[in-house]
Formats: sequence, C-alpha cells, structure tokens
Amino acid sequence: MLETLLNNYEEAAAIVLFGIGFTMLLLHRNLIKKLIGMNIMDTGIFLFLASMGYIRGRKAPIITDGVTDVNAYINPVPAGLVLTGIVVSVSVTAVMLSLAIRLYRRYHTLDLDDIYLLSRHQTEDR
Amino acid sequence: MDLSEIFKIILIVLLIGCAVAVNLTPSLLQAVIIFMSYSSVMCLLWILMESPDLAITEAAVGAGVSGLLFLVTLKKIRREDENAEPGETGPAEGKGSRR
Amino acid sequence: MKNAFQRWLDGDIDLMANISDAAREHDHARADIKERDKKIAREIDSRRETVLMIAREREGLKMVYDVIAVICCVLVILVFMYIIAQLPLYGAENVRATTVAERYIEHGLEETGAINIVSGMILDYRAFDTLGESHVLFTALICVMILLRVDSKNQRKGFEDYYATMRETYFASEKDTILRTIGIFLVPCIFVYGIYVLLNGQNSPGGGFSGGAIMGAAMIIFTSAFGFDRVDRFFTLKLQTYVTFVALSFYSFAKGYVFFTGANGLENHIPKGTPGAILSGGLILPLDVAVGLVVACTMFGFYSLFRRGQIGGSLGRINS
Repeated sequence: MLETLLNNYEEAAAIVLFGIGFTMLLLHRNLIKKLIGMNIMDTGIFLFLASMGYIRGRKAPIITDGVTDVNAYINPVPAGLVLTGIVVSVSVTAVMLSLAIRLYRRYHTLDLDDIYLLSRHQTEDR
Repeated sequence: MDLSEIFKIILIVLLIGCAVAVNLTPSLLQAVIIFMSYSSVMCLLWILMESPDLAITEAAVGAGVSGLLFLVTLKKIRREDENAEPGETGPAEGKGSRR
Repeated sequence: MKNAFQRWLDGDIDLMANISDAAREHDHARADIKERDKKIAREIDSRRETVLMIAREREGLKMVYDVIAVICCVLVILVFMYIIAQLPLYGAENVRATTVAERYIEHGLEETGAINIVSGMILDYRAFDTLGESHVLFTALICVMILLRVDSKNQRKGFEDYYATMRETYFASEKDTILRTIGIFLVPCIFVYGIYVLLNGQNSPGGGFSGGAIMGAAMIIFTSAFGFDRVDRFFTLKLQTYVTFVALSFYSFAKGYVFFTGANGLENHIPKGTPGAILSGGLILPLDVAVGLVVACTMFGFYSLFRRGQIGGSLGRINS
C-alpha cells in the first residue's frame, strides 16, 4: 500500500493541500483568511482532478503533424472539467469578498465570532 | 526518475510550503501576496502536467484577477479605518487574525 | 477715480473674496462624512464592548475547539490517503475509462476541425457545460452588483455605504508616474495578446476563458494607470449590458437545443476550413469570441464594482 502511495505522490499532495485549506477554514477567525483557505481547497481539488488524466511519456493534446493516434496524447477530458472549475472558483471568490465588504460596513469588524454575537445582540434588542 | 519528475517534486514541496506559510502569517497583506505566488507555482505545475490551457487560465485568473480582488478588498477595509485614532489596530492585522 | 488695480494695491478691496474655492466646498462635504462615520463607529463600538465582555467568559472552550478541528482535518487527510492507495497508478495508462477519450482524440480533428482537442471538446462535444459556466459568471456579476452597487436610491436614503464609497473616489491614484509610463507600453501589448489568444483558441493553447481573462486584466491596468474618467468614455453600463446579453443569447441559441437532441447535436453546415487557419473549426470561433467577451466584461465589472460601486460612471464624483 505504501508503494502505491509513493507512486501517486501528486494525488497525495493534492489531498494535503485540501487538508491545509480545510484547516484554514476551521481555525482562523478572520474572514479574509477563511476565503484564502477556500481558494486553496479549490486548487487542491483541481490538481487532483487533472492528475487523473496524465500519462507518462505522452504529450499535450494538440494535434501536430496529423498524428491522431490515441497512444500519443494524454487524456483530454479532465483538463476540460478543470477549466470550468477555475472560472467558477473566481466567481465564488468575488461574491464572497463583496459579502465580506458589506459585513464589515455593517459591523466594523472582520472577526466572524464577533459578527455572530453582534447580530444576535442586535436582534434581541428589537 | 528523470529530471522532470524531480522538478515536479520540488514544485510540489514549494506549493505545500506556500500553503503553510499563508496559514501562519499574522498580516493579511503578506497572506494575499503569498497566495498570488502560490497561484504562479500552480501554473508551472500545470505546464509540467502537459495542460497548457490550464496554465494560461490559472496565470491570468488565479494570480491575476483573484489576487487583485483580494487586494482591492483590503484597500476598502483599511480605507474605512481612516477615522480611527492613531494607535488603534484595525481588523486587518493583530488581534483579529489568529487565535 | 482709481481703477481696480490701484485700489487693490492700496489694500481697499480683496479680489479673491467672491471666487468660490472648489476645494473648500469639498472639504465641507468631507467633514460631514467624517462626522457621520465617527458617530456610527462609536455607537457600534459601545455595543460591541458589552457583547464581547459576555463572550470572553467562554475562553476555555476555544482550546478544545482548536484541538478537535486539527484532529478532524488529520482524519480527513488519512481517509483520503487510504482511498488514494487503491487508485490506479499515477502516470500509467488508465484502462478503465478511455472509450470517450479515444473517440475524442481519434475523430476530434475531422468532426470539429480544431487542432486543440481540449478546445474542440469544450466548445463542440460538451458545449452545454460551457454555456452553463458562462451563465455562472454572469450570475456572479449580478450578485456582486446587488451587494456593492451605489445608485441614486442609496444616495437619497443616506446609507453609510454611499458616503463611504463616494469618499473613496478622492483617493484614486492615477497620477502616478510609474503606472502611467508602464501603462503606455504594456496596455496595447497585453490587449493584442489577449485578442490573439482568443482568436487562436482552436489552433493552440488558449481559448475563450484565457483570452477573456487577459483582456479583462488589460482593462484593469488601463484603469489603474489612467483613471476611471478615460475608461468611462467607452465602457458604459449600456455597452456592457448589450455585449453580455448579445453574447450569451447567441451562445444559447447556437447550442441550447443540445439538451433535447443529445450527444453531438444537429448537423450544422458551417464549413470546417483547413485545420490550422484562424477561420476554421466551424462554430468554434464565434462561440470562443462570445465566451471571451463575457469573461472580459465580467472581470472588469468585478474590479469596477469593487473600486467605486458602479460600472458605467453615471453617478459622477460627489453630489452634495
């Protein structure tokens, strides 16, 4: 089992990145750090997905010299999926950052625990 | 193991190092800059995995637009702390950033 | 009878008394904004102190939470490592799921006309996915607009957002020498490179998303170097609305029916051209251009909304 793990070092690194991003989501209280952690999680998953398509010794899927043999190119399908994912990741980051700006203007703090307590305190007042 | 595999392992170690460094810095501006360099190393990794489309998109979007949006957010937050008395640390650094 | 100049020399009149100083008027507005913000910040701070006093009593729980969080993450990593040990070997030929990929590689050039198999795949075989993803970008732009936009309604109600955003327009730093000099050289080159990547999406690495992101980045540098006034001359809200709407509708009509006919859709008789030329690939080039325009407008729209709360510049600088 250890040999397979050592051979699949790229997928293992992608899972370690996912774990680091997940840790940043849980352990930090600042909203901006949490968003950076979410982005690191996203890129870890992209690395995992694209490494499923890599085959040693073959080239990028761009047809040169008319060679359309299957044994000359890597698997192009995971690369298409990751391309969509990267753009969706930046869209989600933009929406989350605008939410963070609005939260800061309302509560004048970026600390998520304080925001939760302040929001509860203010609803009890009304 | 040929040379490209060794290069890939070095880049992956650098990637994990950047991710841990983002975790540990107390200052937000440093975290965003290290995040942009993390995106650039990821772009190199995509080239080594024979996907040039992903490399161009990651370079333009990850290190470009996404990092830029983080920096503009930091600018808006600090700008609204202009009324704070000198000596007060804003939420961007210091007490709010790490337990 | 002395004339005005001699009277001024003698100190009888002050020629500057009736000239309204524009900078001083802005200072009044600025002082008002500062007062109002200070009041709001003081009120929020006073409530915050009482709330945080209650919260500080729960200090001990945080250590337990930290330890549990780290244990959770280590468990997640270990579970995934166990799964990875059972995957097929990295870099070896994947014998389980290659029928679709073989079809795309072997018949990709003759069926789509594109040399870049990934581009041909996401814009011809799997065009429906790219359609959905362009709509995700558009939806994200609308969400950011809802959250961050400043318009005349906000101005009338006097939200604190409006004052904060309008105050920001004072601090635009477009008179920087380094930015202007570098902008003169870089912006045309980056723009032309973005158009090149966009047009050659089917012949070389690149395509709609990369080209659009590069063009958006060129617009952002142009704005930072030369200010929003120059950009507002050609990039208005109307232009952005029309371009996005036309591009997305064109894409939807061209490839939206695939949901009902399935697989490769109907036969379209657009000539495929010679592989390697720019005008090749049938419908791939117009779809590339549509996707690239949407991405460029969205990226620049994000930046504009973050910087000053509006895309077109219809609100002007400050309205007292």
